[in-house]
Amino acid sequence: MSQQESLYEKLGGEAAVNAAVDIFYRKVLSDDRISSFFEGVNMETQAAKQKSFLTMAFGGPHNYSGLDMRRGHAHLVERGLNDSHVDAVIEDLGATLRELGVKEELIAQVAAIAESTRNDVLNR
Amino acid sequence: MANIRYAKDNFELGENQSVLDCLTDRGVPVPFSCRSGVCQTCLMRATGGTKPPEASQQGLKDTLKLQNYFLACVCHPDTDLEVALPDDDDIQAVIPATVKSLKLLNSEIMYVALECHAPIDYRAGQFINLFQDQSVGRSYSLASVPHEDDHLHLHVRRLPQGRVSGWIHEELRPGQTVQIRGPGGDCFYTPGNAEQGLVLIGTGSGLAPLYGIIRDAFSQGHTGPIRLFHGSRDQNGLYLTGELRDLVRQYPNFDYIPCLSGGDVAHHFAAGRVHDVAFRHIPNLKNWRVFLCGHPEMVKTAKRNAFMAGASMKDIYADAFNVSQSST
Repeated sequence: MSQQESLYEKLGGEAAVNAAVDIFYRKVLSDDRISSFFEGVNMETQAAKQKSFLTMAFGGPHNYSGLDMRRGHAHLVERGLNDSHVDAVIEDLGATLRELGVKEELIAQVAAIAESTRNDVLNR
Repeated sequence: MANIRYAKDNFELGENQSVLDCLTDRGVPVPFSCRSGVCQTCLMRATGGTKPPEASQQGLKDTLKLQNYFLACVCHPDTDLEVALPDDDDIQAVIPATVKSLKLLNSEIMYVALECHAPIDYRAGQFINLFQDQSVGRSYSLASVPHEDDHLHLHVRRLPQGRVSGWIHEELRPGQTVQIRGPGGDCFYTPGNAEQGLVLIGTGSGLAPLYGIIRDAFSQGHTGPIRLFHGSRDQNGLYLTGELRDLVRQYPNFDYIPCLSGGDVAHHFAAGRVHDVAFRHIPNLKNWRVFLCGHPEMVKTAKRNAFMAGASMKDIYADAFNVSQSST
């Protein structure tokens, strides 16, 4: 039966997202490569957005379209958001999952989902 | 079929339709993003005594749940629901209140006790708006605790050239009737998890909500450690020190640390900015509940520091006292 389990289920579903969100957000805020993009934002709103992002990257239920991703990041692209910043986010995501004891094989699948949004996020 | 009532309009909810779809289909501008109950962009509030389904409150902070907030995109009620957007000001009626007493707590902070002419359902730490006239009002936090105190208690700091605070300090008299509206705000104590540690950090009249929250926590039987850090530049800015030291003697789980950021720090006071002192005392905030009230810069810095020191975002409650731009 375990072969039919989705990635989201394997990771532990919503409970896993809840466990990851604070750790992930802390990593992002203390990452000098990207922390400046988070200055002055409302931390609670941002935490909810991080949760949406993690739910999507974990293969969970979401309704985000490529267009939503473009709209949501357009103001950051104007401020110079580029590939190196997306790399940093994906790295922080992997480090978060490693800290939670998630297997490398699953981490690679999460990273691949995050990777699939790169062109939309960077508005290309 | 359930009906959704918004701003005096009644909309019939379609089968399997969410409250969000029902309202946006009819042109109500409810903001939304993820449409799956996660991002909290479509936050709304049930009013008029109606309660939202539990499933539509998943992931919300306890303080929001208790005030009947819900996520419209995952809200499928079986019964009628009256709803409002968080910014809809006219959710609450203006009610008159009589000034019962006025007393200076220190050279710049006035204690104001108000008796409402109609019952007001509030929690210690929330705020009300007090109106000088129809168009000019300011927000003040509640230091009183429902069921413990007969009246609403405010601590009003006199701002330089402050229009409303100047009026309260100089012209308001006991017996006078004022107009108030409220309550609002989600910085208050929620029952449950009674053994969790509480750390409360405030500057100036930011002590008002914290004093209410602490006494509310005691009245609800909180057993975990409670640490209050109150900061000011010098000793003149502190107040209620006697009452707070009495609480320390009364409750073994309570500690009060007055902090002075100017020079010349006498015995019994901690030296430094209040949030620096607090985070030195409790370097690891994992599993602590954090309350931050007062100066906006302090609140902003302390919020980030508390989060980085291990406090979970859902456990951080903050109320920044922004000074109205039109206060001069």
